[in-house]
Amino acid sequence: MEVSRHWRLKQQRYALVGEVCPSCQHKIFPPRDICPDCGEEARTTYQFSGRGEVFSFTTVRNAPTGFEESAPYTVALIKLDEGPMLTAQLTDLGEKPVEIGMPVEMVTRRLRSDGDRGMLVYGYKFRPALKAA
Amino acid sequence: MRDVAIYGTGMLQVSEHWDLSIIDLAGRAALEALNDAGLERVDALLVTNMLAACHSTGQLNLGARVADWVGLHGVEAYKVEAACGSGGAGFRSAWLAVASGAIDLALVVGVEKMTETPGPEITAGLATAADADFEVPMGPSFVALNALIMRRYQHEYGWPHEAFAGFSINAHANGARNPLARLQDPITAEDYRKARMVSDPINLLDASPVGDGAAAIVLGPAERVFPGGRRPRVLVAGSAAATDSIAIHDRNAPLRLTAAEKSAAAAYAMAGAGPGDIDVFELHDAFSIMSALSLEACGFAEPGQGPRLGDDGSILPGGRIPVASFGGLKARGHPVGATGVYQLAEVTRQLWGEAGACQIDGARVGLAQNIGGSGATIVTHVLRQA
Ligand SMILES: [Zn+2]
Repeated sequence: MEVSRHWRLKQQRYALVGEVCPSCQHKIFPPRDICPDCGEEARTTYQFSGRGEVFSFTTVRNAPTGFEESAPYTVALIKLDEGPMLTAQLTDLGEKPVEIGMPVEMVTRRLRSDGDRGMLVYGYKFRPALKAA
Repeated sequence: MRDVAIYGTGMLQVSEHWDLSIIDLAGRAALEALNDAGLERVDALLVTNMLAACHSTGQLNLGARVADWVGLHGVEAYKVEAACGSGGAGFRSAWLAVASGAIDLALVVGVEKMTETPGPEITAGLATAADADFEVPMGPSFVALNALIMRRYQHEYGWPHEAFAGFSINAHANGARNPLARLQDPITAEDYRKARMVSDPINLLDASPVGDGAAAIVLGPAERVFPGGRRPRVLVAGSAAATDSIAIHDRNAPLRLTAAEKSAAAAYAMAGAGPGDIDVFELHDAFSIMSALSLEACGFAEPGQGPRLGDDGSILPGGRIPVASFGGLKARGHPVGATGVYQLAEVTRQLWGEAGACQIDGARVGLAQNIGGSGATIVTHVLRQA
């Protein structure tokens, strides 16, 4: 199910490809047709570095369908170094307590699985930054 | 535009109605409202609902199905959907229709059937209120999205978790006086502190319970409702809706309900009223953080200061701005697509003086605010006794 949709989003899910507004230089992620900052058309792709910091976070215990086997897991708002914010799971946390402001970096991991015969969906998660940016 | 009055209301208890289907629920609330209004026919029916498309109900085209069920054969009917803000949006659509003169009498029925669907499916269904490409695939529940806002809010403004207890305690105390409430047991600060964690910092007593429910309201032209009848005339004095980015991460101000600020300002302006005129406020306390943000957006507190009103008694019956007078989403319950209609029916009964043990003395102007998603679609209404 939904194969074409995941294919459509692969540049964003696997490579964090967004846009930069040609008019105001605003960095945009996820990409969209109109710059949310100045309202001009935005079509120029922009490669994000994958580095950012935790803006907020929480633990999901009662998971939605398709995510039950990974529960509990940590979901965060990540403020990317280039400006925009995104929603992602945190991973590879080890014993390290999550804190607001913690530097993180993008990795590619499995997001969900739809049962034994279902599709595996991969995409970005964020882990504590291994070295200072 | 002509003045519009509320002719009748109907509400079922929010509960686990094993014996009632989504159509039974909607039908009973609709017939109660029609009966209350002394009418058999209306010219349009708007059904408000969020989740029928998501789970085992298996029934869309709810407008036609409900119209037929309640004997409104042939009437114009369809659904209005804006996630948990569906009810307020449907009421506003009915108001627009009647105010314009295109429709004479309109019936809005909010309905949700939630208790016969497995928990994870409901959790997934509620998450459809969020961005399906860039929020939902990352696995946040709807509670988690609100938790992200609450944690950052506490971080920026320095509020401890206990600062939010007042919202929950007030809602439960009021719900205990409402026979239609899902939860009718008062709670203490101790209960709040010890409640099971759902998605930190949101615990079970920060979160509203889902349930099966239906509420209905009949709207018609004000000139045919005469003051001095069996109840005071209640007018839709202000009505407005606004949106913000659906994803929290896309918002310019993720700790503010910008759509609430915009729709409240427009509804106040239309009503010629301000926060100081409001006698009772049914706000969208799906989570206690939303009570704080909603009070801030509607001008009752500065940004970051909403929890103070939960703490200092302002929100209690008899306080400066009583909220959740029938228990709110927290205790009356949150049958998502029906909730906005409950809020408006409750404010109406307050202004009619028919709120029973939940009555706020001397309530003449009321505010109702319904939120779709984590802040994306927000509908605000001012009702006034006239
Ligand atoms: Zn721009």
